[in-house]
Amino acid sequence: MTDHKPEIDEVSGVETTGHSWDGIKELNNPLPRWWLYIFYASIVWAIVYMVFMPAIPALPGTGMTNTPGIRGHSDRALVAEDITQLNVQRGQGSAKLLTASLSEIETDMNLQQFALAMGESAFGDNCATCHGAGGRGAKGYPMLADDVWLWDGTLSGIETTLRHGIRHYEDPETRNSAMPAFGRDGLLTPGEIDDLVQFVLVRSGREGDAAAARRAAPVFAQQCTSCHGADARGNRTLGAPNLTDQEWVFGSEPRDIHQSIYNARNAHMPAWQGRLDDATIKALAVYVHSLGGGEK
Amino acid sequence: MTKVTLISSRDPNAPKPERPDSLYEKRHQIYPKLAHGRFRMVKWLVMATTLGVYYLIPWIRWPRGNGIPDQAVLADFEGEKFYFFFFEIWPQEIYFLGGLLILAALALFLVTSLLGRVWCGYTCPQTVWTDLYIWVERAFEGDRAARMRLDKAPMSVSKALRKGGKHFIWLLIAFLTGGAFILYWHDAPTIARTFFKGEAPLTAYFFAGILTFTTYMLAGTMREQVCTYLCPWPRIQGALTDEHALNVTYRHDRGEPRGPLHKDQGFEGRGDCIDCKQCVQVCPMGIDIRDGAQLECIHCALCIDACDDIMLKVGRPTGLIAYDTDRAISARAQGSTVKYSLLRPRTILYSILIVLISILILWGYGAKSTYEFSVLKDRSPPFIRLSDGRVRNGYTLKLVNKSVTTQQVDITVKGLGDAEFEIIGIGTSQPGGVLTVTSEAHGVDRYRMLVTIPAGDEADRENLVVEIKDPDTGETIEAGAPFTRGDR
Repeated sequence: MTDHKPEIDEVSGVETTGHSWDGIKELNNPLPRWWLYIFYASIVWAIVYMVFMPAIPALPGTGMTNTPGIRGHSDRALVAEDITQLNVQRGQGSAKLLTASLSEIETDMNLQQFALAMGESAFGDNCATCHGAGGRGAKGYPMLADDVWLWDGTLSGIETTLRHGIRHYEDPETRNSAMPAFGRDGLLTPGEIDDLVQFVLVRSGREGDAAAARRAAPVFAQQCTSCHGADARGNRTLGAPNLTDQEWVFGSEPRDIHQSIYNARNAHMPAWQGRLDDATIKALAVYVHSLGGGEK
Repeated sequence: MTKVTLISSRDPNAPKPERPDSLYEKRHQIYPKLAHGRFRMVKWLVMATTLGVYYLIPWIRWPRGNGIPDQAVLADFEGEKFYFFFFEIWPQEIYFLGGLLILAALALFLVTSLLGRVWCGYTCPQTVWTDLYIWVERAFEGDRAARMRLDKAPMSVSKALRKGGKHFIWLLIAFLTGGAFILYWHDAPTIARTFFKGEAPLTAYFFAGILTFTTYMLAGTMREQVCTYLCPWPRIQGALTDEHALNVTYRHDRGEPRGPLHKDQGFEGRGDCIDCKQCVQVCPMGIDIRDGAQLECIHCALCIDACDDIMLKVGRPTGLIAYDTDRAISARAQGSTVKYSLLRPRTILYSILIVLISILILWGYGAKSTYEFSVLKDRSPPFIRLSDGRVRNGYTLKLVNKSVTTQQVDITVKGLGDAEFEIIGIGTSQPGGVLTVTSEAHGVDRYRMLVTIPAGDEADRENLVVEIKDPDTGETIEAGAPFTRGDR
């Protein structure tokens, strides 16, 4: 085409681009000015941002993940600063928690209220996933609000469990015991295990096959009493549960009990020492103790 | 084939449509002249008093003891309390402030029905600060005629200094206004110190800035426009005014027909108004009071002063412009007079309402309890069955003590028969027993309580009632919460 005069569309009065498809012509409606200016401004902003803020991923081998920008901004550093500030804010209360004994914390009302508030939020973040809100427990995870304790329900006992965990083998002081997998490892015959289930049902005051229970009595005396005791009331120092009460962490159905004897349970709880600071662990101990199951 | 074309007429030779007259009138600068007389004096005194009250009240100390703020008037947002001399209002008692607002509105109605728009004319902050600003303006630029000349004059060093000085003092007053405002929200001596050290909270600078700006704008440049266009009060005023209302009134029956006074002319056969326009010149609203009652008029009575001055000079009785009522005007038209009476059904009604509501507020304040007490049940777990079959529920007790003394209070549990209860850190009580806890002065305490009922008890015991008792005053408060027994 030699004609450089812009063609004006008759109907709309708008200039065309000169492109035509099957007689349909493309109108040349320019972008609105305000839009264009904002677009240019964003380009300028992007360049300024790139200079001041972390922006471009760095090449491998440079030792950086990205260009730092001349402001040296880092979200990670800001979080660290926030945490430091939080610790300063908590400072006085936390310092008192560190020096006071657990029972002092519980009887000094101001300190107790501080510890309960701190413990409640730490419990929600770290413990409630397994033990449930308010320590209500779940199958496999003991309830912390009742008066039945596998290991130790005193303030200092709870603190020890928190610090060292249960069967957390990286920690030499962890609470540890191991029930054999009587069925899986072939220590007892399936018939003996079935009888033992009936024995446990009867001992806990529920309906069971009395004949089977009588058959199982010598097996129980031989295999189980060393940990669970001759009276089947358990042994706290070994974390062996009382088999005569109505509390069943892993379920009270005969099939649950069978499973416990056949495979053994040996549950774990992580050690929190090193993950949480001392003040938080103490606050957690006071909080768990206050849930209602705490022993004197 | 027909074509529809949209053509806008862009013929450059077409005659331009005439612009319609603007619907908005430009503001005419008002140059109020200084008036002399008794109402001007009253206004100076009211200004001194109101400004004094505003700037000094935050500095008044009112010892309350026990680490409680000792500022007489303080809206303590951090501590969530409002202090007004012997009054102390906690957030949950905010309805007392509602009562005070109702009282304030009624007081305004009463004063309005007794004395007309005295609020507008004398005590409204807009009036007081505008008056103060005009006083500063006068000090720098002279009175009305001088100010008008100065505004017309070309810019000069003298004009720049006068204008600059005026705006500087205006800004200073504005800043002091904003600065004094924040004293009401913080401990005054502390905030005054930290403000200039740059250590005050950001909100303090923010509000000081806002108030500085609004004071400067409203009293410096907007002035009468605030009353005429922004303020709702002149509109409400229209609903409150009646034939008994005292208004600043030009007594046209006496003044008309008006006209300039010639030297040897007496006042025979004409009105007293000599059309000297002094009443217009002193008016801060820029209106002519002789046009009758107007929305713009703030009834500041400066025109009365100006007119009285002139009347004395021409040897006529004062009071051509005076506080008057519509009733008196119509009475005079019929040749009689009426006495202005303060006791009218309306003023009596307002007075009775004010007294009643005051009594109600004071009674409510006097009868409010020292403590607030609530019992919150644990949501999780809803109940705990202990190994021996007993059932336990956990609760949080929240105890608010509004008094200034730390008090030992007794806690008992009712409604659950022989329930045993324990408060963590305090002890365990047998059924029917009492546990004593400390309620910190002026504070909120939380206690964790566990309530346990015996095994197998099937009695109806769904509701727990906890009672606190102040053994010194005998004051008791009960709070309830459900008890979940669970089922097996």
